[in-house]
Amino acid sequence: MVDEVAARVEANPKYHKLVSIRSSYSIIMTILVMAVYYGYILLVAFNREWLATKIGAGMVTSIGIPLGVGVIVITIILTNIYVRRANTEFDSLNAEIIKEANQK
Amino acid sequence: MMNNLLRNSLGLLLGMLVAGAALAAGADLGQTTKQATNWVAIGMFGGFVAITLGITKWAASRTRSAADFYTAGGGITGFQNGLAIAGDYMSAASFLGISGLVFGSGFDGLIFSIGWLVGWPVITFLMAERLRNLGKFTFADVASYRFAQTPTRIFAACGTLVVVAFYMIAQMVGAGQLIKVLFGLEYQYAVMIVGVLMMCYVLFGGMTATTWVQIIKAIMLLFGATFMALAVLWQFKFNPEMLFAKAVEVHSKHDAIMSPGGLIKDPVSAISVGMALMFGTAGLPHILMRFFTVPSAKEARKSVGWATTWIGYFYILTFIIGFGAIVMLTQDPGSYYVDGDLAKGLKGGGNMAAIHLANAVGGNVFLGFISAVAFATILAVVSGLTLSGASAVSHDLYATVFMKGKADSAHELRVSRITTICLGIVAVILGIAFEKENVAYMVMLAFAIACSANFPILFMSVLWKDCTTKGAVTGGVVGLVSSVGLTIVSASVWEAVLHNPKGSALFPYSSPALFSMSAAFLTIYLVSRMDNSKQAQLERSLYPAQKIRSETGLGSSSASGH
Repeated sequence: MVDEVAARVEANPKYHKLVSIRSSYSIIMTILVMAVYYGYILLVAFNREWLATKIGAGMVTSIGIPLGVGVIVITIILTNIYVRRANTEFDSLNAEIIKEANQK
Repeated sequence: MMNNLLRNSLGLLLGMLVAGAALAAGADLGQTTKQATNWVAIGMFGGFVAITLGITKWAASRTRSAADFYTAGGGITGFQNGLAIAGDYMSAASFLGISGLVFGSGFDGLIFSIGWLVGWPVITFLMAERLRNLGKFTFADVASYRFAQTPTRIFAACGTLVVVAFYMIAQMVGAGQLIKVLFGLEYQYAVMIVGVLMMCYVLFGGMTATTWVQIIKAIMLLFGATFMALAVLWQFKFNPEMLFAKAVEVHSKHDAIMSPGGLIKDPVSAISVGMALMFGTAGLPHILMRFFTVPSAKEARKSVGWATTWIGYFYILTFIIGFGAIVMLTQDPGSYYVDGDLAKGLKGGGNMAAIHLANAVGGNVFLGFISAVAFATILAVVSGLTLSGASAVSHDLYATVFMKGKADSAHELRVSRITTICLGIVAVILGIAFEKENVAYMVMLAFAIACSANFPILFMSVLWKDCTTKGAVTGGVVGLVSSVGLTIVSASVWEAVLHNPKGSALFPYSSPALFSMSAAFLTIYLVSRMDNSKQAQLERSLYPAQKIRSETGLGSSSASGH
């Protein structure tokens, strides 16, 4: 029985649309996070001097600190953006696919 | 019978606690360190133990089937699971270690904490919902979904047990050392108390009790860390620049704490360590297991959303706490430094920065609270590890490989409980055996193995249609052997543990991940490509159905639903 339902899912263009949108979205997000993280790590490895530059005249805070905290904040934001979109847009498309597969 | 057993072990445990406390009081007389016996800390910890054992008793009445034991019946909400994941992941090592690193060298602590966080988005984007849709109890369920059960399960169980073993030893040794300093308990008693409590939680309460221990611990830790960070910021009118300025003025390294120091030796090590942390998180069996406790893919995603938020927030707090410790502890060297001398370092070592700061901002009561939190933190992490090790043995090895899937739930449950006891005893023995050993490399090794052995087979089996059993298992073995092998010949083991001369290590980088993980992926690819057996063709033909389930969740709701 599950096989028939699965065959109907496979035949539904919405399923292929869901898979392609969601996988490209998750790949883009993964690349984004990796770029941010490895960008920061490579700065630490190759350009310490720049990270140690002060953010303003007479200040002690270096550029690397707000940037590092920024990486943490961006990580949190990107994760939650993905979760929100997947739980609303993708899930409602997913629910439609399942419903249509079970109907016939 | 279960109830009797529970009552007896409770009695035993209370006895041990009292004996330990009495011993601590005895040891107090001969010791000069200030934190020899902290009754407030012991009292608070006793409160935590009483509450969690109460929850365990309640959980025990709900743990009837193997599904209850492994996944709490799949009835945890996304928000609760997010907190529990955070509680599972934020170890005492990251709380005390990162704040200690910030205390010692400032900026470098930030680099480290970012590394510990970036695995979470990867899990969210690539793994969370697919895990939930395909799996039932363990990550091996997912990896072996369309593969030959016996080889895949045996490998996945080995991968789980090896990661759990290294992670566990590091936690047990850390627990013993920490509790020795915090509570003034003997090392052996501290390790035994951790072992007995963790066995109680897992044995009687299974995943339900473990989850709630992790949730309570996460709330306590987040509350304590928030309080400390606010207390520090309040002193500087919530202006970080003022905090940093004061820290640069009083720290012995002065302005160097505002720039990257010696943590990252070379770019290859930097990338390799980064990969271990980023992809290792997605291969930690006790973390992966948490995704099977929620009812749907939607809740699984919510879990990681919350977990990432809490963990990231927590790392920002540890950074503030580290700087707060620099400023506030130097104001009163007599209380916090060895012989009151700044050059001799903190009493109890650099990892005590957060603990001393707790005393500086909140006095003895808050110190007691934070000490109890540190103890609770270790308990929550080791419980998760034990549960994951026990399920690998009972679900993957016993029920699937040995009984060919014909084991009934009651037998499987009994095997998990026996395994839990064995793991608890082994953990205590190893914890005591490794007391004087250098275990610093073990957590990194656990991450390296997780990203080189567990993550590649999980990733490829779910996302690559041509992957076969032979490819996955061979690649996994290559990843496992190469990550362990390269770690042994790297400086952290070859020189620091085996005492070979400095500079004689064959492998020059801080983590093997870059090489061992690449080797695993490459082997999986090549062996699968060359594999044209009947079995391989069958496995490839099963991919479309697996994909439908992993993408839409079709057929998965019945897996753990009740």
